[in-house]
Amino acid sequence: MYVYLIKRAIAVLPVMLVVAVVVFLLMHLTPGDPAAIIAGDYARPEDIARIRKQLGLDQPLHIQFFKWLFAILRGDLGVSIFSNLPVSHLIAQRIEPTIMLSLSTILFSVLVAVPMGVWAAWRVGTSVDRLVMIFAVIGFSAPVFVIAYALVYVFSLQLGWFPVQGYTPIGEDVFGFLRSIALPTFALGMVYIALIARISRASMLEVLSEDYIRTARAKGTSEGSVLMRHALKNASVPIVTIIGIGIALLIGGVVVTESVFNIPGLGRLIVDAVLSRDYPIIQGVILVFSAAFVAVNLLIDLSYTFLDPQIRY
Amino acid sequence: MTAITENQEETQVEGRWLQLKKYSRRNPTVAIGLGLLVIMVLVSFIIPFFIADPLRMNPIMRLRPPSDEIWFGTDMFGRDIFARVIAGGKISLVVGVMVALVSTVLGLFIGIVAGYVRVLDAILMRIMDGLMAIPGVLLAIALISLAGASITNVIIAITIPELPRVVRLVRSVVLSLREQVFVQAAISIGMPVWRVLFVHVLPNTLAPLIVQASYICASAMILEAILSFLGAGTPPEVPSWGNIIAEGRTYFQISPWIIFFPGLFLAITVLAVNLLGDGLRDSLDPKIAQRMR
Repeated sequence: MYVYLIKRAIAVLPVMLVVAVVVFLLMHLTPGDPAAIIAGDYARPEDIARIRKQLGLDQPLHIQFFKWLFAILRGDLGVSIFSNLPVSHLIAQRIEPTIMLSLSTILFSVLVAVPMGVWAAWRVGTSVDRLVMIFAVIGFSAPVFVIAYALVYVFSLQLGWFPVQGYTPIGEDVFGFLRSIALPTFALGMVYIALIARISRASMLEVLSEDYIRTARAKGTSEGSVLMRHALKNASVPIVTIIGIGIALLIGGVVVTESVFNIPGLGRLIVDAVLSRDYPIIQGVILVFSAAFVAVNLLIDLSYTFLDPQIRY
Repeated sequence: MTAITENQEETQVEGRWLQLKKYSRRNPTVAIGLGLLVIMVLVSFIIPFFIADPLRMNPIMRLRPPSDEIWFGTDMFGRDIFARVIAGGKISLVVGVMVALVSTVLGLFIGIVAGYVRVLDAILMRIMDGLMAIPGVLLAIALISLAGASITNVIIAITIPELPRVVRLVRSVVLSLREQVFVQAAISIGMPVWRVLFVHVLPNTLAPLIVQASYICASAMILEAILSFLGAGTPPEVPSWGNIIAEGRTYFQISPWIIFFPGLFLAITVLAVNLLGDGLRDSLDPKIAQRMR
C-alpha cells in the first residue's frame, strides 16, 4: 500500500517536468524575440536590451531552463515585468476567490449531478431519464459565458436577486459572499453537472444490472438503501474519476467566469497578463493550475482504495 | 436505351433516399445533429452574398433593438448583428473543422508511432501526459499571446491541447489491435510494417477517430469563442462570435441582443456537432463509448 503511494507520487514528477518544459519553451520557441514582444511596439532598443537581461535571455537555452527550474523549486516564480512585484506574491493575493469559486462549483455540481444521474438510471427509459440526458447534452454544449450572461440577464437585471458582477470575500461578509458567488457557481457548474450526471447515470446503469442488486431487492432491502448503499457505492469509482478529469474543464471555465463576473482571481490575473504580455505571470499561473490539476488527480487515484476495497495496491 | 439508364438511375437515387430515411429513423440524434449542421453551413456560406456587409458602420443606426427590418438589431457602431453573426458562423465552422482535421491526422500519426515503436512510446506518452495536465484554455491563450492574433494561430493554439486526446485514443486502439490474431498472422507471413499499418491497423482506427473528431470540433468551436472573448483569439476586427460577445459586454445592460444572438448560434452549432458525435458513437460501434472516457 505505502509502496504504491510512493510509486504513484513519483510518477507525478515526469508529468510536472514536461509541464515545466512546455511552459518554459512557450516563451522561447514562438517566432520572434520574446524581449521585443514583451517590450511592445514603441520600445527603444535599450528597453529591449534591459528586458532581455532581466529575463536572462542572453544566456544559452539549457542554462536558462535549469536556472528557472531551480528558482521555481525554491518557490520563486520570477518577477512581473510591469508591476515589478514577485509573481508568487501576486498569485497569493489573487488565489482566494479562485479557490472559493472552484470549491463551491465542485460542491454544487456534485450535489446536483450525482442525484440526477442516479435518478435517471433508476428510472431509465422514462421521461425523467430523457430530460436528464437532454439537459446533459445541452449543458455540455452551451459555453460558460453564454450561460453566464443569460443568468445575469434574468437573475440580476430583470429580477435583481444577485449582483451583476463583483466579489465579496467570505471574511468580510458571509451573506454577501454567497450572493456574489451564486451566479458564477451556477454558470460554471453547468458543464460540470452535465459531465458528472452523464457518467453517474452510465455507471449506475451498469451496477443496477448486477446480480447483487437483485439479491438486495429480493431480501426486501428498501429501494433507497439499494440505490445508495448497494448501487451508488459500487458506481462511485468512475464518478470520482470524472470529477478529477473535469477539473481541467473547470479551470478553463474559471478563467472565463472570472472575466464575466469581474472576480479578482487567478483567471483575471492571467487574462490581464496575456493582454499586457507579462510573461512571468502567465508562466506562474499555468504552473499553479497544472500542479493543482495533477495533485487533485493524484488524490483521486489514491482515494480508490477507500471507495472500492477490491482495489488493492 | 437512354430511357432505361435514366430509369435505373432514378430507382437508385430513390433507393438511397430510402436508405437515408431508414438510417435517420434508427439514429435520430445523427439526423438532428447533421440536419442542424447542414443548415448552419449553408447559412454561413451562402447568405453572406445577399446581406449587408458585417463590417459596415452606420452611426445613425446605433444600438437598435431587433425589429422586422433589422432582425437581430445593431451594435454600438450601427453594424448589423445578423450579418455579423452569420459571418461569425463561417469562422467558427472553419476553426472547428480545421482543428478536428489537423489534430486527427497528427494524432493518428503520433499514436501509431507510439503504439508501434516501443522505445518512443514511453517518451511520447509522457509528453502527452504533460500536455494534458495543462488546462487547454490556458495553454491556448499563452500560445496566442506570443504568436499574435490570427485565425491560423488560433487553429494551431487549439490543436496543441486537443492533440493528446487523439494520440491516447489511437495508441490504445493500436495496442489492442497488435494482439489480435489477424494482425499477428499478417506480421508472421512477413507483411511489411507499412502494409500492416495501412491494411489492418488504419481502417480499424477510423470509427473511433471520426467520433473523437466530432467532439474535438465541438470543443474547438467553444475554445475559439472563449479565446476571442478573452481578447486572445481572432483579431479584434474579425466578426467571430467570441469577438462580437466581447464587444457587446460593455453594452450588455442596455442592448443584450448583441450578446444574445451570437451566444445562441454558438450554443446551437456546438450542440449540433455534439449530437452528431453522440449519434455516430452509438451507431458506429457501441464499444467505442467505453474507450472514449
